[in-house]
Amino acid sequence: MTTQSIIKVKNLIGGYGEEVILNNINFDVKESEILVILGGSGCGKSTLLRHMVGLNRPMGGNIYVDGVDIASCHDAEFKKTLKKIGILFQGAALFGSMTVAENIALPILEYTDLPKKSIKNLIRMKLSLVELDGYENHLPFELSGGMKKRAGLARALAINPKILFLDEPSAGLDPITSAEIDQLILHINKVLGTTVVIVTHELASIFAVAQRVVMLDKKKKGIIAEGDPKFLKQHSENETVKAFFNRTSKSAIQPDRN
Amino acid sequence: MSFPSENVPFQYELIENKMGDVTILLKGRMDKEAAGTFLRQIHKLIKSKVSSSLSVDIESLNYFDDYGALALMEIKECIKSIDKQFKLIGTNDRVISILNLFDRNLQAPNDIKTPPTTRNPLVLVGESSLKHFFNIRYMLSFVGSVALAFLQIIIHPKSLRYGDTLTCMEKTGVAAVPIVGLISFLLGLIMAFMSSIQLQQFGANIYVASLVAIAMVSELGPIMTAIVVAGRSGSAFAAEIGTMKISEEVDALYTMGFNPTLFLAVPRIVASLIVVPILALFSDIFAIAGGLTVGVLMLDLTASSYISQTIETLTLFEVTWGLMKSMVFALLISWVGCLRGFQVRGGAAAVGNAATSAVVTSIFLIILFDSLFAIIRTYWG
Ligand SMILES: Nc1ncnc2c1ncn2[C@@H]1O[C@H](COP(=O)(O)OP(=O)(O)OP(=O)(O)O)[C@@H](O)[C@H]1O
Ligand SMILES: [Mg+2]
Repeated sequence: MTTQSIIKVKNLIGGYGEEVILNNINFDVKESEILVILGGSGCGKSTLLRHMVGLNRPMGGNIYVDGVDIASCHDAEFKKTLKKIGILFQGAALFGSMTVAENIALPILEYTDLPKKSIKNLIRMKLSLVELDGYENHLPFELSGGMKKRAGLARALAINPKILFLDEPSAGLDPITSAEIDQLILHINKVLGTTVVIVTHELASIFAVAQRVVMLDKKKKGIIAEGDPKFLKQHSENETVKAFFNRTSKSAIQPDRN
Repeated sequence: MSFPSENVPFQYELIENKMGDVTILLKGRMDKEAAGTFLRQIHKLIKSKVSSSLSVDIESLNYFDDYGALALMEIKECIKSIDKQFKLIGTNDRVISILNLFDRNLQAPNDIKTPPTTRNPLVLVGESSLKHFFNIRYMLSFVGSVALAFLQIIIHPKSLRYGDTLTCMEKTGVAAVPIVGLISFLLGLIMAFMSSIQLQQFGANIYVASLVAIAMVSELGPIMTAIVVAGRSGSAFAAEIGTMKISEEVDALYTMGFNPTLFLAVPRIVASLIVVPILALFSDIFAIAGGLTVGVLMLDLTASSYISQTIETLTLFEVTWGLMKSMVFALLISWVGCLRGFQVRGGAAAVGNAATSAVVTSIFLIILFDSLFAIIRTYWG
């Protein structure tokens, strides 16, 4: 495994409009690694992801994706960078007026010149990866929450991106399917060398897939821990980090009731 | 204190002693039905009666939950605010644990916002001017991005999404034919009928045909069609794009490398530019048919004389002028519809507002531009 960084986040100040949600964020994602972004609900994980793919403009700092500063590069360069990434949104964001197959076909049609028949076969391959065989012609509203997530994952995988961003891929899935998604992520990472950035809360998933974690905190608006999850679980001094990995409530550790 | 499901109604009693110590005795079922009335009365009573300390006796309550806890906490707050002593009597484990569950400072630093009922008019004026400023700024930048997208399809005609454009033409155009036809037919009928009452006095029945033709082709046809399309399709554009905006679909498009304006707005604008003038032509024809019906059935005109009078009246310029107006209206409607869609932030209510606003704004713009056209024509020809 190379140790070169594929994403560099430098002094990022981010948020919505004038509201700062992430203050001075610094971290790297190494090529071909699986990095998990952790943190309590509402601490800005999805926001950080939006910044990393150029959906939100940073208020300060830089984000380099595969060597391109996505906050200040030209449109053409930005578009070239977008070709290298696949994203699964927290709410799946499938196009409601298109079938599952059309959803997956959209990026394939845009970026490749495959003949129609091959596109169909490719769609079937991607769908069977996420165990949605036979759902090609369903509309998104006909799928359950977890199935939407998996269809979104199939769409994110459609053009074999170099970097995969997944916002809570296993939220709303049963433990078995969730474990299968973890295996899929590991598999893609190992076989294709895809860099994966995942937002997730599930401890089982974290320990199964994460090579490194970055933990955000709402109060600090920044990173409170970074490193190997197993190491952090045992050796971190930070109360929030300890509570997170040991699945305990912080107030149970330090009772503050009168 | 026990918790049988007996429904003893809630009651309270105020006992005062000479020292100014007050005891409130609570009895019965303290639940969500009882709490409202009690709280409304008790604040005043406390402020007027309590002069040194207050005890609340909850021994004889037979039901207590978080509404009761709320009442106790508010009483405590109230007592604290007038610097008096507070005491709780007759508690048991259950009450204590419920109270502990909620025992937070009620006066949290982040007070929950309740919308003020009266606002400073200056603030209102300022806020709304800022809103309009940003609105206009966004409108202009959207004009720019639509123009750029059009430039791109002129350079690379393949980048237009033909499938979407066709679907949209069907929805905006074909599906609107019945309603546009019906309205125009009736409009023609009414115009012919009303004008004939006047024209008959001079024996000028035949001019009904000219009147209907001129009024429809240069004015009412384009306007009626535009208003129907604004109501049917302008609002739909706003709602469709708005829904995609709130479910992150627009973001997904963007990150797949598509230009959302090119992908979503341009097909709708192109479709409208093509079908609205055609609809306006239909509208003219239906209205003339309406006028013809009145002419033949009530004014003793022959169909052929009505039609030849109509053809004689209409010039090519008149028809082209009407069609050109229609195209401008089509551009306005589809542009505003898409703009309002892209402006959506928030939830389902915002989508509803966007649809309403799309219709209102486009009708306003239609009338505004129509007046401009009238002025241009007066000074030009
Ligand atoms: N569109 C928005 N406009 C303004 N503020 C927002 C918006 N979306 C989120 N926020 C704010 O940004 C903060 C971070 O939100 P974000 O969605 O990034 O949280 P998260 O870490 O992904 O949480 P979760 O685990 O619940 O998904 C929240 O405090 C929220 O109030
Ligand atoms: Mg999130």
